[in-house]
Amino acid sequence: MKNARSHLNELLVTLPSLLWLAIFFLIPTLIVLAIAFKPTDFYGGVGAGWTLETLRSLGNPNYPAIIWRTILLSIATTIICIVLAVPTGYYIARLGTRWRQIMLLLIIVPFWTSFLIRIYAWKVLLHPDGLIKKFLASLSIVDIHTSLLHNQWAVLLVMVYTFLPFAILPIYAAAEKFDYHLVEAARDLGARQWQGFYKVFLPGIRRGLLTAILVVFIPALGTYLIPDIMGGPDAEMIGNKIAQRVFVDRNLPHASALSALLTLAVFLPMVAVLFLQRKKDGSEPIIKESA
Amino acid sequence: MKRSRAPLVVTIAVLIFFYLPILILVINSFNASRFSSTWGGWTLAWYARLWHEGEIWHAMQNSLIIAVSASAVSVVIGTLAAFALHRFDTRLQKTQYLLIYTPLVIPELLMGLSLLLFFVAIGMNLGLLTIFFAHVTFCISYVAMVVLGRLQDFDFSIIEAAQDLGANWWTAAVRVLLPLLAPGIIAGGLLAFTLSIDDFVITFFVAGPGSTTLPIRIYSMIKFGAPPLINALSTILLVVTFLAVWISQHLTEEKR
Repeated sequence: MKNARSHLNELLVTLPSLLWLAIFFLIPTLIVLAIAFKPTDFYGGVGAGWTLETLRSLGNPNYPAIIWRTILLSIATTIICIVLAVPTGYYIARLGTRWRQIMLLLIIVPFWTSFLIRIYAWKVLLHPDGLIKKFLASLSIVDIHTSLLHNQWAVLLVMVYTFLPFAILPIYAAAEKFDYHLVEAARDLGARQWQGFYKVFLPGIRRGLLTAILVVFIPALGTYLIPDIMGGPDAEMIGNKIAQRVFVDRNLPHASALSALLTLAVFLPMVAVLFLQRKKDGSEPIIKESA
Repeated sequence: MKRSRAPLVVTIAVLIFFYLPILILVINSFNASRFSSTWGGWTLAWYARLWHEGEIWHAMQNSLIIAVSASAVSVVIGTLAAFALHRFDTRLQKTQYLLIYTPLVIPELLMGLSLLLFFVAIGMNLGLLTIFFAHVTFCISYVAMVVLGRLQDFDFSIIEAAQDLGANWWTAAVRVLLPLLAPGIIAGGLLAFTLSIDDFVITFFVAGPGSTTLPIRIYSMIKFGAPPLINALSTILLVVTFLAVWISQHLTEEKR
């Protein structure tokens, strides 16, 4: 009797979110995958019947370069974010309570701040009349005619800027729980400073590292707004192609096919990380650190 | 033990990197010159001009309607979800966790496109209502995570004590659990509110004619000029966000 009631209670509190997410998240995701196998109708909408033609059109010679660029930029962003986030997370974790809370607040604020505004702030800075350009030109580091905007470097810079808080938070959370006596013990046993860091600290925060890689790399693959605002034609990513198929030359099945590809690219690393984290740490769910 | 200076240096560099662009944007919103690199003296003229931009106010109104309603609904659903995740350890909850966690990680673009195709498939007109559905969907996950974090420090024996004293399950939840969880729930709601009011990518996909929100308006201003006005508008949004973060930090730290 008690069991049945607890079961009913569980259903009552679970169903609202389960139903909502099934309707507005799971089903729409499945629809994308399904529409990738649909032909395009005359108006760019979804036609009748099933076809492999839409998927085949991904063989378009423009795409490999864009897909390659998307992957490279995402990997570069992830590496730079991790390299910056590890010392930052470590430093914050070792601060006293008061300063730690101030620093955390400073890291969290950009995470809450409008994505659009933060990209725009960089556009202003890198603009031909902007401060950075003038500064670099006055030092003769760049030519007055070089554009800092509309290239892959500008996109990479803003991607790092956007995703860095996501990398710092899980690494900080792991560094805070790390037992620093282990590093001291390693030093006492003759390890050099970098060995203590590399062989003891990094493996100790492994979980946080994996989460950080996941929450930077995956959203980075789907970046669309940053190249849209910062980049020119030679900095386009797969996200821009998807948006173009929707908003410019309306072709929903084609957009779906591209998204299906992106979905696949997103789920592979997710499953890999889930697997890696599970293997060593039991069944404790991932990523509480980053929320 | 001697400690390396490198972490301190990197941390300071990271903070400068984070805040320099934002700071320059805010300063420029008070710059009398139209151009960001020349200083024309302090002015509030751009804020005054903002006051007369009817379209911006209309967009702000739309954004507020959606942010308030979406955060209200997602707080209820997200809190229930967090409670279920924390209280029960069943296969159903594993599925639920996956459904709540995935939207946090997948690119916004994918969520935007899939929702657009969904609304097209069921023949729903794009507008404020579709934006509302979309926003609730991504806010649920954030609220659930914030509240779940809060629940982890919660001592459930208090609930059992209430039940021993004769309260039934629901009374215990509403009279004991809810008040104690309130700071976490409000923090989750504030996060949902700012995420909703700031969201561009997903909104852009599911917005229809006449349902322009503030970020969509800002986007077209970025694309088609009017920089000083964007600076002023962005500064206002930044202030709102800072306040929300500050209040929410205050609420979630209080108990520790």
